[in-house]
Amino acid sequence: MTTDTTTTPARGLLPLPERTARLTTAAGALVTALSTGLAWTWSSDFPGDLTYNLSPAGLQLITLFGGLLTLLLATSALGTRGLRWLTPAGRNAPTLLAALATFAATWFTLIAIAVQLGGLINLEPGGLLAGLASLLTLLAALALPPDTPGDTPPTGPWQRFTAALAPTPLRRRTRELPAWAEILTIAAAFAAGLLAFTYGIDTDDGAPFVGYLLFMVLAVPALHRAGLTARLTALTRTHRGVALGAAFLAAACFPFTQDTDQYTIIGANILIFATVALGLNVVVGLAGLLDLGYVAFLGVGAYAAALVSGSAESALGLHFPFWAALLTGAAASLVFGVLIGAPTLRLRGDYLAIVTLGFGEIFRIAMLNLNGTTGPDITNGAMGIPNIPNLEIFGFNFGETHTVLGIPLATYGNYYLLMILVTAFVVLVFRRAAASRIGRAWIAIREDETAAIAMGINSFRLRLLAFALGAALAGLAGTVHAHVVTTATPEQFQFAGPQPPNSAFLLAAVILGGMGTLSGPLVGAALLFLIPAKLDFLQDYQLLLFGIALVLLMRFRPEGLIPDRRKQLEFHETGQLDVPDQRLPDTDATLGATQAKA
Amino acid sequence: MTTPPNAATTTGTDRDTILRADGVTMRFGGLTAVRGVDLTVGSGEIVGLIGPNGAGKTTFFNCLTGLYVPTEGTVSYRGTRLSRKPHLVTQAGVARTFQNIRLFANMTVLENVLVGRHTRTKEGLWSALLRGPGFKKAERTSEQRAMELLEFTGLAHKRDHLARNLPYGEQRKLEIARALASEPGLLLLDEPTAGMNPQETRATQDLVLAIRAQGTAVLVIEHDMRFIFNLCDRVAVLVQGQKLIEGTADVVQADDRVIAAYLGTPLDDDTPDAPHTAPPTDTDGTPADGTPAADPAPDATAPADPPAQGHTGDTP
Repeated sequence: MTTDTTTTPARGLLPLPERTARLTTAAGALVTALSTGLAWTWSSDFPGDLTYNLSPAGLQLITLFGGLLTLLLATSALGTRGLRWLTPAGRNAPTLLAALATFAATWFTLIAIAVQLGGLINLEPGGLLAGLASLLTLLAALALPPDTPGDTPPTGPWQRFTAALAPTPLRRRTRELPAWAEILTIAAAFAAGLLAFTYGIDTDDGAPFVGYLLFMVLAVPALHRAGLTARLTALTRTHRGVALGAAFLAAACFPFTQDTDQYTIIGANILIFATVALGLNVVVGLAGLLDLGYVAFLGVGAYAAALVSGSAESALGLHFPFWAALLTGAAASLVFGVLIGAPTLRLRGDYLAIVTLGFGEIFRIAMLNLNGTTGPDITNGAMGIPNIPNLEIFGFNFGETHTVLGIPLATYGNYYLLMILVTAFVVLVFRRAAASRIGRAWIAIREDETAAIAMGINSFRLRLLAFALGAALAGLAGTVHAHVVTTATPEQFQFAGPQPPNSAFLLAAVILGGMGTLSGPLVGAALLFLIPAKLDFLQDYQLLLFGIALVLLMRFRPEGLIPDRRKQLEFHETGQLDVPDQRLPDTDATLGATQAKA
Repeated sequence: MTTPPNAATTTGTDRDTILRADGVTMRFGGLTAVRGVDLTVGSGEIVGLIGPNGAGKTTFFNCLTGLYVPTEGTVSYRGTRLSRKPHLVTQAGVARTFQNIRLFANMTVLENVLVGRHTRTKEGLWSALLRGPGFKKAERTSEQRAMELLEFTGLAHKRDHLARNLPYGEQRKLEIARALASEPGLLLLDEPTAGMNPQETRATQDLVLAIRAQGTAVLVIEHDMRFIFNLCDRVAVLVQGQKLIEGTADVVQADDRVIAAYLGTPLDDDTPDAPHTAPPTDTDGTPADGTPAADPAPDATAPADPPAQGHTGDTP
């Protein structure tokens, strides 16, 4: 490490000429990518079987992808014609991050091989080559100068490192693309997102998933620093409808990429969880009511559906068709929402949180006690209502495997597709409610209740409306939830627990993803469901590590992964005015100014 | 400015009175913040409300707008008694701004004004979810109206800025625009020029006159005397919760008690029993039951029952 800062302030961490550094990075990345064509270990005991030449598998794929990404970013930073669109903002920071991601994933793999199989002897030359090449790439990338030389030259190595990772605003408006090309770009981006996410769901638990997670945690910021996410956000804002459609289409493709039901059940559960989180977002994100017992509304919907869907154990013994059960679940939740909300919504802030926390527990314990001995026999107590039959809509039985386009769709695939429709409906409700007079009033109440009242907003009524709408949406998801898990038990609907959905996880999903946004809770819910499910092998440490990750995220990104523009400004007071650089293309100006964040 | 149809009231008054407060009293436990204040505002009138800090001006405003429910007394607007629910007061046509700016800081300028339109639009949740033609029309009208108001206050070019990022003076303007969006017949301004430089104060003065020119009556609290006396048709002085005097700018300016209330009385006058010699009556019929203390001590407790209890500790 050098400390020679006097002559050239805009220098990287290591003393290398800029061009040499860049070329070395590119070359190293290429070798890293090529090294995945060799065997890394001799034994197929390591998950993923990394023993073949010319056929990358398992974690090698991540290194391969990482190497190619680094190569692309580095050549784009060299100014190669045709690749410059890859780095509309930063040049060197994304290269460095990608190199870091590749290095981390590669070395994690090598260390995992050595540890799991017992010694470095288990590494084949291919693995050693990958390790050296990724290290070389990283070192060369560390020599790249920061994108934006700061006012004061950074002093220590750590400052230089953080300066090299500093974000850069979008440099220039890239060439205007025709509308069809923009739409294609959106579609391609969502397809890539689906691919990355599907890969994550499909990786085996244990080392491969940790490698994947490690890579993604560093690679996604690389794309962010490169300005690609900003470009994509701008594109989705112009084509909001198209973007939503593409997102749902990509999501609907997921079960068709799966051979078995092993992972589609995770997908279906993610959708249920995400839908409930979006419902909670109406309550917490828009109206600003802290609801700590929200999962109870999911429970009301699930129990209501369980009671009327023809389970042999149901006390009512009814068997409604699906649409009626769906409405019953939503209506029951709505009624409970109003019943709970009407007396309590006059409270503010902390008091409301405590009351909702109490309601969540009351619901669970009431369901436990309505078992025939401590109360009337309605819910069968702790045993719950089991054997909820599979849905059947127009003769389409969800329990059977159907073959669509030559691809078999089993039970959970069917439910997954049904949940896509439910989620789409909830997304529609959320968007439309947010961008309306009602949504504005909710946000106004959240911002300053006294001023909102003085502007003629009946705050109690509107808060009750938000509460009831949120409850009804959760009830809707609860109906499908009951059919997916086939049993409704009280223990599914706790305040906190190791498995989502529970109230704490729901709230975490909303806050982690980004309060008040549309995609935030969806992304937050997906991560919050997937990561604990995949880190099962950590057993007792699972929640501990997860909790630490949440704490870190809230410390460094309090506005959530996909922040509302308002929230971002609220948490990162920069003192600079938020001048809208280009007028938001208000093609649908009639939707009101509260842009539903796509 | 559109006015509700019940503009022609039946309560017989000499002028076209739109706001009438009768004997408004506000007690917080033992503390009487506002005591038996009567005030009327005629249509198209600009009325000022002045008084030293802690005199109860803002409390009186809160009583008018329903944020506080007055302990005694009534407030009626255009002949009908105002509701005790603040949102219904706004609906009836009385809008206000706040002493310490209360914008929706994380909403854009346009959204702030659109929230002000809340009471003048009807579209509920179903309409928002179904997005029928009625909804779109209403949204378009609201936005047009909001943009007109932003033009009127000179904020149109900042429509997409977050309210929190506006400079102070523009935040005050935006608060006025937001209040105007509810199409009020009476606008209550609580210290609209606090913290402004002379140019901004003058601009606000012009703005208030322009609002009046559109037919909205204004009741304004202010400490800036030049602003008040330039602007107001009538000025009421509130001291220690009681109305001391009400009249035109000249009358109020010339009144000794007003000067005393603001500046205090000379020391040699301030004998222990001087503050409690009740003046017989006021020039224009202010009830003379309570006696405003002539010293500026910020002691607003009820001076009623034990009259011998003087303000000890000022002067021996």
